[in-house]
Amino acid sequence: MSITSVICPSASDAARVLASNNRARFFGGGTLLMRSINEGDQSFDTIVRINDPIMMQIQNAGRQLIIGAGVTMSGLLSNRDAQFLASAARSVGGPAIRNMATVGGNLFAPSPYGDFTTALIALDGIATLADGSTVPLADFLLKRKNDHTSIVTQISVNRPNSADEFHFLKVSRVKPKGIAVMTFAACLPRQGGRLQNVRVAAGAMAPTPVRMVSVEQALEGQGLDAGTIEAAVGVVSHDLAAPTDAIATSWYRAEVAPVHLRRLLIGASGHTGGY
Amino acid sequence: MTKVPVQITLNGKERSVFVEAGQNLLDTLRRSLGDLTPKYGCGQGTCGCCSVVIDGQIRLSCLTLAESVDGSVIETVAGIGDGAQLHALQTAFITHFAAQCGFCTTGMLMSAKNLLDNNPSPTREDVVEAISGNICRCTGYEAIINAILDVAAQGGSGRQLS
Repeated sequence: MSITSVICPSASDAARVLASNNRARFFGGGTLLMRSINEGDQSFDTIVRINDPIMMQIQNAGRQLIIGAGVTMSGLLSNRDAQFLASAARSVGGPAIRNMATVGGNLFAPSPYGDFTTALIALDGIATLADGSTVPLADFLLKRKNDHTSIVTQISVNRPNSADEFHFLKVSRVKPKGIAVMTFAACLPRQGGRLQNVRVAAGAMAPTPVRMVSVEQALEGQGLDAGTIEAAVGVVSHDLAAPTDAIATSWYRAEVAPVHLRRLLIGASGHTGGY
Repeated sequence: MTKVPVQITLNGKERSVFVEAGQNLLDTLRRSLGDLTPKYGCGQGTCGCCSVVIDGQIRLSCLTLAESVDGSVIETVAGIGDGAQLHALQTAFITHFAAQCGFCTTGMLMSAKNLLDNNPSPTREDVVEAISGNICRCTGYEAIINAILDVAAQGGSGRQLS
């Protein structure tokens, strides 16, 4: 396949190229698009890259952390302010992949990949696009499949108030690293012992990582005790449409999802011995 | 077809090459520069056979756009020994029977060298994590892990054993 390579000075320039050429694709860290090139994918013939420093920065903005879409997983791991995302970033591939895979690229990783995006959703992630507009990640993911023109420049997330507020669990068959059977991420802030503004997300359990609204509603305003956990686990299937792929069947995923969500919530409750 | 000039330092030597747009670094190393040590395994970033060190970071050459490494310093297994004088890791892999078919070995060696260059005293967990992106279907990994830990115990990756 003959490829044309275009380098643009900014994300907005790159977005214009993508909008004017439906056979052009944005090239980030390469872990997705280079695979397609190696496979001989004929659906595109132009790759668009940019050298925009803002996409490589991690910035503090009060309660929020703003992550450039071009920041790699290893870049996140070495950043002091992003350590609350370390468990999620470390779950992505091996060291070589983490040196290449970008935060922005993870938003476009097809299921069952995209573990890191699950964490971003649970932290109320908001994507900033090349035209400056913003969109909640959960909404962005719904339309990503047919969207080859959007360029995400930054992702902002809410920083947890404390280290024990954010929890991440990736379930895979191969240890220490394997493709996800499923991924759960939960942000569980508490006020006076009651859960407030709960966010729970799941990966590899639907075509894209999704928020688990029913689970959130079961947890909201409750203490994180055995009864609350069972109530949340009882509605785990409401928000999910588990896929069948080479890693697991839909049936298997649906069967074990309550087990793993329960483990995550028990771990978050501090009752390490379980209920 | 567009060709892009790329200059790199490959195993300490300056090299210049024209690459095609969209060409991956692995093809450039193997076909244009004649370094056959990085292997083509999956082309999908899964197996780690093509692992090389680029500007001090372990990366997968099959997923690296060749034109993006202009100006970079690249290390492959071809450069870690000195002729017949093997690198300590290569010697340890022989001693510990850490290679059977050998297809994964060059990627394993580069991941191991990059680990020891950055962390001369790794724990077993560190070693497992460092090679977690490299698949071996022969050895069962134990021999590889032991070989790397042995080199670390002897003083790190820089030392060459005779």
